[in-house]
Amino acid sequence: MKFVDEFRDPDMAKAILERIHTLVDEIPQAQERPLQIMEVCGGHTHSIFRYGLEELLPDKIELVHGPGCPVCVLPMGRVDDCVAIAEQPDVIFTTFGDAMRVPGSKKSLQQAKAEGCDIRMVYSPMDALALARKHPDKKVVFFGLGFETTMPSTALTVKQAEKEGINNFYLFCNHITIIPTIKAILDSPDMYIDGFLGPGHVSMVIGQAPYEFISAQYNRPLIISGFEPLDVLQSLLMVLEQLKAGEAKIENQYKRIVPDGGNMQALRAVSDVFELREFFEWRGLGSIDHSGVRIRDGYAQYDAERAFALPNLKIADPKSCQCGEVLKGVIKPWQCKVFGKQCTPETPMGALMVSTEGACSAYYSYGKIEARNIA
Amino acid sequence: MSKPQRTLKASTITMAHGAGGKAMRDLIEDVFVGTFDNENLNKLEDQARFELADLQVQGRKLAFTTDSYVVDPVEFPGGDIGTLAVNGTVNDLAVSGAIPKYLSCGMILEEGLEVELLRRIVTSMRQAADDAGVTIVTGDTKVVPKGKGDKIFINTTGIGVIPEGVDISAENCKPGDKIIVNGFVGDHGAAILNARGDLALDVELKTDCQPLHGLVQAMLEICPELHAVRDASRGGVATVLNEFAESSEVSIRLMENKIPVREEVRGVCEILGLDALYFANEGKLVAVVPGDKADAVLDVMQSHPAGEGSAIIGEVIEGYAGRVLVQTGFGGERILDMLVGEQLPRIC
Repeated sequence: MKFVDEFRDPDMAKAILERIHTLVDEIPQAQERPLQIMEVCGGHTHSIFRYGLEELLPDKIELVHGPGCPVCVLPMGRVDDCVAIAEQPDVIFTTFGDAMRVPGSKKSLQQAKAEGCDIRMVYSPMDALALARKHPDKKVVFFGLGFETTMPSTALTVKQAEKEGINNFYLFCNHITIIPTIKAILDSPDMYIDGFLGPGHVSMVIGQAPYEFISAQYNRPLIISGFEPLDVLQSLLMVLEQLKAGEAKIENQYKRIVPDGGNMQALRAVSDVFELREFFEWRGLGSIDHSGVRIRDGYAQYDAERAFALPNLKIADPKSCQCGEVLKGVIKPWQCKVFGKQCTPETPMGALMVSTEGACSAYYSYGKIEARNIA
Repeated sequence: MSKPQRTLKASTITMAHGAGGKAMRDLIEDVFVGTFDNENLNKLEDQARFELADLQVQGRKLAFTTDSYVVDPVEFPGGDIGTLAVNGTVNDLAVSGAIPKYLSCGMILEEGLEVELLRRIVTSMRQAADDAGVTIVTGDTKVVPKGKGDKIFINTTGIGVIPEGVDISAENCKPGDKIIVNGFVGDHGAAILNARGDLALDVELKTDCQPLHGLVQAMLEICPELHAVRDASRGGVATVLNEFAESSEVSIRLMENKIPVREEVRGVCEILGLDALYFANEGKLVAVVPGDKADAVLDVMQSHPAGEGSAIIGEVIEGYAGRVLVQTGFGGERILDMLVGEQLPRIC
């Protein structure tokens, strides 16, 4: 398949892997303890498992599967809010598919749907707006979820609703931002991460500049990376090249998609519609300052948080969950006390077991055979 | 006996068509009996009857199976719910090595269904039954109020005869056996997803719906000791392989780059983050064949119209019981598990 197979060429992968194996032996700190490289984005985690990349890497490299799965880091209280909205009369609640299964404290959206709520899977917020046009007697709520990748399309949908004078469309905004979260991880005392693979599609929107502090203040390299297996391998090689040279730069491996300056139009739409929240609660990581956005006053009429009475309760993760430590690379998924026992993809307790992009779920479903045997 | 003569004039199904009176007789005699038209059904008895002796000539065991069909949309490129309802049950019989003989047809119709649509579906059923060499010999019709169903649900039950000496079972897989599929996987699942119209993708995808008994009989001729065969309908190839690995307490290893997936289907999967190995198929089987017979079976399959695209995609290996592994194009390996729930599109 054009534009896909080129990035999955086994011969090329072999060549890059050989260079990775050689290079890692030349990096002094890798001889003392394994290098920890975090892939920030769930899309990368998915690729790594899908193509079995991890076991092809030298033992001296440990991949840490970061917080970039928006479904995984969604706190239970927010799912409860979704269910509360969906249970109101005359509401059509719309959501991306993979949010359907995320457990709330009492039920998931999938269970609420089974109990009679009108909950529909959509592929784009524009599909939700189309429903609002088609059902003027209903309140159509879109569950806005994701990082900067999905934020612009939601912002543009709100602007389109305004332009068309559609008054029965609402956005339940749970968009989150990646930069404060990377910073929180870097500030954490038990963190040993040597370098990062930066999120490709987030960067397509925000560009390269927002990452500069990672090299300037924390002296760590970050490579903005594509999602195909060769992208991931090449980006890892680029991290290693910097570590060997003793450098810490922000580089862009995903130039075919990511312009250095990002997408100005998308950013403008985002800043028109959204503003930073003081803090946002992350499942597994707790509250992080300025890590989420909400709808500006100018678009208040589309804001589901203002239009509906929400329970807005903070529900703590079960104490036995060690998602936070896994996210920061302190422990591996299978080292968590409940991994594969009380916590499985069928009955997820922690955030990371929820979506196929979550590190624990990926390990459990796809993962290293040994990991599963330990569980 | 000649077929009954009543005609149905209504253009939509109403509750009257399930009420047991004249309206129901019109529906049954005109649409169902008129189309399926065979001696057993035309008698309008409460049951079909057949001579045991006729069946015993063909084998010593009966195969008996049932399945319900609730697909949305009911018509899609390459078929409709009627084609599915016949071929699905035919294939559940066929993969035991049975020669399919008779089907029942239970219909649950939603009030308001267009009679024209129903006629098209019933005609497809007759066509599919003829193609598969089976007869629809008994049936039942119910009508439910609008909103209590989704246009039309069909249940078919099938009876077939298993020839002597055939013993195909999910428990028979042994290390060294080869895994064969009879063509592109995932076509039906992708076609249905696309036919719902939500994706707005500009691709031509058709269901692969076809009967498989002819293919299985051809395979049995060259290899009477076929170990396991299942049709990879709901849950796809991945689910069937997990069932095999579990029942036989073996591991299975697939070679990812040997699995035939149509370019268009791959495209749908790439866009939505789905996996074709979990997509439903309606004319695809997965066979587990003794290693020394694999090439011969593959040849026979490739020269059969229902198996032109057949390929060996993996093998049964010693190892952790119940585990299916996929060797990726990179030489990496991953576990191919059963789905937890339904496959959901990824967010970004």
